[in-house]
Amino acid sequence: MPSLLSNENLKINAQKFNLFYGDFQALKDINVDIPENAITSIIGPSGCGKSTFLRSINRMNELIPSVKTDGGIYLDDEDIYTQDVVELRKRVGMVFQRPNPFPKSIFDNVAYGPRAHGLKNKAVLEEIVEKSLTDSALWDEVKDNLNKSGLALSGGQQQRLCIARALAVEPEVILMDEPASALDPIATLKIEELIQNLKKEYTIVIVTHNMQQAARASDYTMVFNMHPDRSGYIIEYGKTSQIFTNPQEKITEDYISGRFG
Amino acid sequence: MNNSLTKQQRMAAAREKINHKPNIRNRRLVQSLAFTFLWIMGFTTIAVLIWIVGYVFVKGFPSINMEFLTTRPAGGFDGEGGISTTIVTTVYLVIFTLAIAAPLGIGAAIYFVEYANEGQTRNKIIRWLVKTARTGVEILAGVPSIIFGLFGFAIFVSYLKLGFSLLSAGLSGACLVLPVIIRTTEEALLAVPESYREGSLGLGATKWQTVTGVVLPAAIPGIVTGIVLSVGRIISETAIFWVTLGGSYRLPQNLLSSGRTLALHVYMLATETRAFDKAMGTSAILIIIIIILNLAINLSSKYFQKRLSGK
Repeated sequence: MPSLLSNENLKINAQKFNLFYGDFQALKDINVDIPENAITSIIGPSGCGKSTFLRSINRMNELIPSVKTDGGIYLDDEDIYTQDVVELRKRVGMVFQRPNPFPKSIFDNVAYGPRAHGLKNKAVLEEIVEKSLTDSALWDEVKDNLNKSGLALSGGQQQRLCIARALAVEPEVILMDEPASALDPIATLKIEELIQNLKKEYTIVIVTHNMQQAARASDYTMVFNMHPDRSGYIIEYGKTSQIFTNPQEKITEDYISGRFG
Repeated sequence: MNNSLTKQQRMAAAREKINHKPNIRNRRLVQSLAFTFLWIMGFTTIAVLIWIVGYVFVKGFPSINMEFLTTRPAGGFDGEGGISTTIVTTVYLVIFTLAIAAPLGIGAAIYFVEYANEGQTRNKIIRWLVKTARTGVEILAGVPSIIFGLFGFAIFVSYLKLGFSLLSAGLSGACLVLPVIIRTTEEALLAVPESYREGSLGLGATKWQTVTGVVLPAAIPGIVTGIVLSVGRIISETAIFWVTLGGSYRLPQNLLSSGRTLALHVYMLATETRAFDKAMGTSAILIIIIIILNLAINLSSKYFQKRLSGK
């Protein structure tokens, strides 16, 4: 697939990337360029490998024992599969589908990452916690209750806490796996606004089932589809405006107009 | 396809059937019979328990007083003296046994659950070893305690020449409670949501940081329950300690001293003396300790649940 990025910097790049669960091929020949400081959304029908591809970018897929990959995914031209996984995940953070705060205080949730990377200085930690919570638009709601458990927050607040937690380690890329699918419409809107603000500093890749969300919130859109053998591939990739107004493939058109999926 | 009229008629017939009065009376009768039967079963169970505990308390309380608790047994056919040294020995044995079994058992469980299933463990020999070890734990959990006692007697008491001692008893006791600790810890770890691990690993924490920072704190209530269950087991076992701890009623001076736990003392009073009242008194103390332990489990799990849920 030729590069679609004219005036943006390349951040992530997949080349002939294949992924297998045992004998089953879940991703086939993924070639894609993801630009820096932009929001790239991944859409497509259920079971076509969107989340699998997302999880390949920070190697969370390796938690499943039977996973094998070939080809490469490159972050700033370095193959992520040959570098240290801990270092990689510090650079490529992740927000999950269901909010998953740790059963700890709000402060300890956000400070968890920096502490894991060896930061002990209390004053610096406090500064990071405040900045991360401010950036995730949660600070005003929790600043008086930093010792309260993260689990005591509402679902939308929990998800913003998880975003703050990811921001606290100062990643370069943030992967989001349907971050608003478990939230109500108002909380969803807040998360979307937040994502817009984050793209100034971060490269964001987001899997979503919500067409409006992809159309509203992303700069680039990647459409996944399934081969008859159920392996996933990218059928179309381009600027979001172009994908949604002038799709090149019939399947993309059917999918975004809600005719299947 | 039926036309709508016949369909309506059939619906009406069905409705009639549902409203059939004798049927509901029949069902009510079955319901109340079942309820009565279950009530009787539940009540019987509780009644038997109360009877046993009540009997022990009624027979035992007259012999319990400060002197009984603070003097050591004096031996003899009348089982003279109190139970002070047996309480101390029980405490020593519990602490020593857990000092061996708890780190071993918790460590083994962490390895089985967190590390052995990992993607990198593709080595067939290691996988086979782990599988064998887990089957071994399952089997050990069902082995009668006297078998552990005989093993301890053969290996620790005789072969290693540790004699009847706290050391032999503690090592044998550790073998006995190890499966309990491993299994409860495994269950506690498996109950920790996978999303906690993903969240931590996704931030670039290492496996070890994830285990100590998120998984273990969330699993602590279950692990504590396992430890307290083991304490109960050590306190209440007799056979295994009869053949490894000996039966001296003196206060143990060091790890190589023989001794006598509360349960062992009950057994000896009942079989070798005619001090039935004192056996009952000691039993009452034992039961009180077990009740306190159970309350401790309940309180601690409530405390941890509160802390974890953040309410």
